[in-house]
Amino acid sequence: MFKGDFIQNLPKIYGTYTGGFIVFIILMALAEQAGVSAKNIGVMFVAFTVLIYALIGYLSRTVQVDAYYVAGRQVPTVFNGMATAADWMSGASFVALAGGVYFGGYTYMAFLVGWTGGYVLVATLMAPYLRKFGCYTVPDFIGTRYGGNAVRAASVFVLFIASFTYVTAQINATGTIASRALGIPFEAGVWVGLISILICSMLGGMRAVTWTQVAQYIVLIIAYLIPVFWISSNVGGGIFPHLMLGDEVARLGELEQQFGLVKNSAADMKAAGVPGGLKYISGSHSGVPEGGMAVWKYLSLAICMMVGTASLPHILMRYFTTPTVRAARKSVAWSLFFIFLLYSSAPMLATLSKLALMDPNLPTGIIGKSISEVQSIEWVQRWSEVKQVFIADFNGDGILQLNEWFMRGDVVVLATPEVAGLPFVISGLVFAGGMAAAMSTADGLVLAISNALSHDIYYKIINPKAETAKRLLVARVLLVIIGAAGAYIASFRLTSILGSVAWAFDFAMSGLFFPLVLGVWWKRATREGAIAGIIAGIVSGTVYLTWVFPKFSVPIWGGVNTPFLGIDHLRFGLIGAPICLVVMVVVSLMTKEPSPATQKLVDDTRIPTGKAILGKQH
Amino acid sequence: MSNKDAYWNKTKNHMIVTLVLWAFFSLVIFMFGSELNTMSFLGYPLAYYMTAQGSLLAFVIILFWTANKQEKIDEEHGFSEREDD
Repeated sequence: MFKGDFIQNLPKIYGTYTGGFIVFIILMALAEQAGVSAKNIGVMFVAFTVLIYALIGYLSRTVQVDAYYVAGRQVPTVFNGMATAADWMSGASFVALAGGVYFGGYTYMAFLVGWTGGYVLVATLMAPYLRKFGCYTVPDFIGTRYGGNAVRAASVFVLFIASFTYVTAQINATGTIASRALGIPFEAGVWVGLISILICSMLGGMRAVTWTQVAQYIVLIIAYLIPVFWISSNVGGGIFPHLMLGDEVARLGELEQQFGLVKNSAADMKAAGVPGGLKYISGSHSGVPEGGMAVWKYLSLAICMMVGTASLPHILMRYFTTPTVRAARKSVAWSLFFIFLLYSSAPMLATLSKLALMDPNLPTGIIGKSISEVQSIEWVQRWSEVKQVFIADFNGDGILQLNEWFMRGDVVVLATPEVAGLPFVISGLVFAGGMAAAMSTADGLVLAISNALSHDIYYKIINPKAETAKRLLVARVLLVIIGAAGAYIASFRLTSILGSVAWAFDFAMSGLFFPLVLGVWWKRATREGAIAGIIAGIVSGTVYLTWVFPKFSVPIWGGVNTPFLGIDHLRFGLIGAPICLVVMVVVSLMTKEPSPATQKLVDDTRIPTGKAILGKQH
Repeated sequence: MSNKDAYWNKTKNHMIVTLVLWAFFSLVIFMFGSELNTMSFLGYPLAYYMTAQGSLLAFVIILFWTANKQEKIDEEHGFSEREDD
């Protein structure tokens, strides 16, 4: 089935799939009219989509090494763009991005610039050259370019830390969504999520993950955009919110003035019993904070996210799957286009959602109303029960102030359809989209880790004589182990201790960015330089993280430390990466120039035509 | 200078131009966030518009432009890949 003209038939296959999904949405809408309960609709949405992914995963099974590791290098440009977009946009992007903008406003949107601008670095510095090289994994490039097991193992180590930090958060998100949609406990939801993830990736490796990710992208983008457009026309924001919300943004500025942006003290919040993780609006939506430090905070966060994007192995490895170098370059552009569709919609959703709650002239407005009235609203009751929203009457006047309304970020995406009066079928669709987003990223990450371990550690270092069947068996066993380890940790809800997904970007940039860039762009970079740089970068970054992050610094350093130059725990890559660069350059210059063979290898990497450095099967 | 060296020089210059554009839209404009916000575009304050949508769109355009330009450089130096590669 997946041979020959499958590739030519892709537009038809996915066109039919998209049509089928839309028919399914319509059927669900009819079912809702016919009286099927909201809960059952949610179950059907998640079950139906996950079954489709599992079917694709099964049909894409393979016994070929290059199909397992790089999808046979035949994924067309646009489809690889969609797969990368799904790989990239995590459960957190889907459910939390709009919430982040809702609470953080302009300051938070440094993430939007960071998580998109990084693709310019991917396209110019990395993707086409890594594609030409013909590697299976990111450490495969570093190991071959610099030569030797030590540098290969060091890069696998960095990959492991960065990707594993990220994957537990994704499995956690899968579990949260599965548990809410299916009405099962969170711990069970995590394992349901894991099994779904493994079915999609285990039999077919990269090939299966590629084709499920394309399917997941289609579901998640439909699930994100339909509510945004619908809500916008429901609350009077215009039919095309991206171009038409200027007045709404200005109105939010007025309302902020009217209600006042008050900061609550930690003691007050504790006394009122605000549940952990819930936030309130204290920053301006579109206003730029004054002062040099605020500008630096914005820029430094954007830099970390951009450089981190260009170092994350699960993204880079997607560009190993295109047929040509040229296709790899174009594919980066398509990836960002597909990401842009969602990212540019998140601020619009946040604006609409904020206005719906804040504007007293709208029927949905709650700020400025009496608290007893607000507490009797149905959706407020429902989300209060599960501790996702909270009201604390600090000044005791019985009127809800802006700083007295607390909400979890996810609620912006999950509850706004309901608040704006959309039918439940849309909420079911949003669940399916969130599940698709979390699964596709988790798939990519678990595969990136297990491929590096099976190819770079097992095959290249431990047992270079292993047969194909044995290599693929090891790869699959590792996949299950890594997934289970991630799910096990996620089931303890340790993610608040493991910290933010931003850490994954900082880890990756500390240890991998410069070894990858200089491997292509600087012939003089040597093996010793690379080893020293990777170790210096990851160690200094990690040590700085423990120093600056209060939960670590108190037990380890005996107190809370003030961030150096405003570089807090979200930005520790700004310590690791420069140290990696300096150490790598100094040590490279102190050691002997790379051999003529290595220099020729770099020359060949830079030219799109000619044979790949590493053979089709290696 | 060999054809390969000439190709690489052009590629390098192209990379630098792309990164200058990238730095402009990702960093330089946000150094002047408060000043930009006094201007407006499509009714949005300009700095808000850029961080919410404008810079993101600029990156997409830069990426398509840079890939096309690089393909031309490939062609000029005879390094275009065949379709069936």
